[in-house]
Amino acid sequence: MELVSKRYADAVALFPAGRLDHATAEGFKVALQPHLARCTAGGDRVVLDLAGVEYISSVGLRVLMLASKQAKAQGGALAVAELQPVVREIFEISRFNLVLEVFPTLREALAKLSPAALAAFEAA
Amino acid sequence: MLVRFWGTRGSIPVAMTSAEVQRKLVAAVVAAAGRGLDTAGKARAFVENELEFSISHTFGGNSSCVELETAGPDYVLCDLGSGARAFGNGVLATRGPSGHRFHVFMSHPHWDHIMGFPFFMPAYLPGNHVTIYGCHDTLEEAFRRQNAAPSFPVDFSRMGARIEFVRLEPERDHDIAGLRVRAKRQRHGGDSYGYRIEQAGKVVVYSTDSEHKQDDPEEVKGFVEFFRDADLVIFDAQYSLADAVSVKEDWGHSSNVVGVEMCQLARARRLCLYHHEPIFDDERIARLLAETRRLEEITRTDHRVEVWAAYDGLEIAL
Repeated sequence: MELVSKRYADAVALFPAGRLDHATAEGFKVALQPHLARCTAGGDRVVLDLAGVEYISSVGLRVLMLASKQAKAQGGALAVAELQPVVREIFEISRFNLVLEVFPTLREALAKLSPAALAAFEAA
Repeated sequence: MLVRFWGTRGSIPVAMTSAEVQRKLVAAVVAAAGRGLDTAGKARAFVENELEFSISHTFGGNSSCVELETAGPDYVLCDLGSGARAFGNGVLATRGPSGHRFHVFMSHPHWDHIMGFPFFMPAYLPGNHVTIYGCHDTLEEAFRRQNAAPSFPVDFSRMGARIEFVRLEPERDHDIAGLRVRAKRQRHGGDSYGYRIEQAGKVVVYSTDSEHKQDDPEEVKGFVEFFRDADLVIFDAQYSLADAVSVKEDWGHSSNVVGVEMCQLARARRLCLYHHEPIFDDERIARLLAETRRLEEITRTDHRVEVWAAYDGLEIAL
């Protein structure tokens, strides 16, 4: 899966698109890995902007959980933002909204993770 | 085929507390205000037709036990949790003390799935015949041990019925009591087994105490085939997906979300949420059911899956 990314100072926003399900989850996981490797204490903050994601299955959610666990273990920070209504409902029903940092907008996620990233976002 | 649920709670039996009973009564009285319910008939009709399920009913607290009423003369059960006590008493009350034939398919010998047997009265009465089928080599030992000192006062050897244990080989068809039965190994501490049971073109899958980690596409495919075109999938939905993949990973249970997805992929007709979390009250399970129906709706493509939540006393006709 091609994962578009955009840097805002010490944060990286990633933009997956389409369906995150049995067919695409493994590719998503692989594409995420280099960004996660840099998501460490003092390293990059990572925000997954899900505005382009129309559906996420349990397998896709599992990839997010593994990413979150890895980020935490490395002392890094990972958040998700910009959920479409259907994806937001899936997050709520699966209770992923309780175990991941979820923000309504990319701006709010960056504001929480890094003042420098927010400044870069506002300046862009 | 008729599927009747005698025990639907996971891990340990529970009972409603006085506070929960009061909450239901208060809600019912408030809802009935000004309705002129001055006869038992009017009150009953109101309770049955107008009150929400979580106020007028309870999901119940017995642990796993499901009866399959088939076209044959024998009784067929899945698991012998505490729900088996009420089932056995019902048989004796309605059909007399002896001459009964029981076939029981055991998911696994964990306590909550066998604890009804010491209180299964037909097993104490000569003239009855109980065959317990399972894939674990420890099954008979587990049953005998729970009916032995110091855990229980009446030893297994004093049960008067003819009781036998039959080991089933998983992943192959068995013809038992007029049913075609296939067992499948599931992820659970010490393993558990699901059963795909078919008769006269109807298919029930009993799949409890089964964790679906979703990390192996071949394993997912295997379960989808096991559930394929089932009329009813009885599915372990004890945890939320978030819990199942985080703090409760490897605890051996699954979620409503995975249940919906698997049934959609398998094009099953009905999904029944089962093995309810013991800390959930009726309102919480009713909410879980509503959310699961909503999930099925927003993720549906060209196939609808009917979603149910099991409760003690529920009957589903296939």
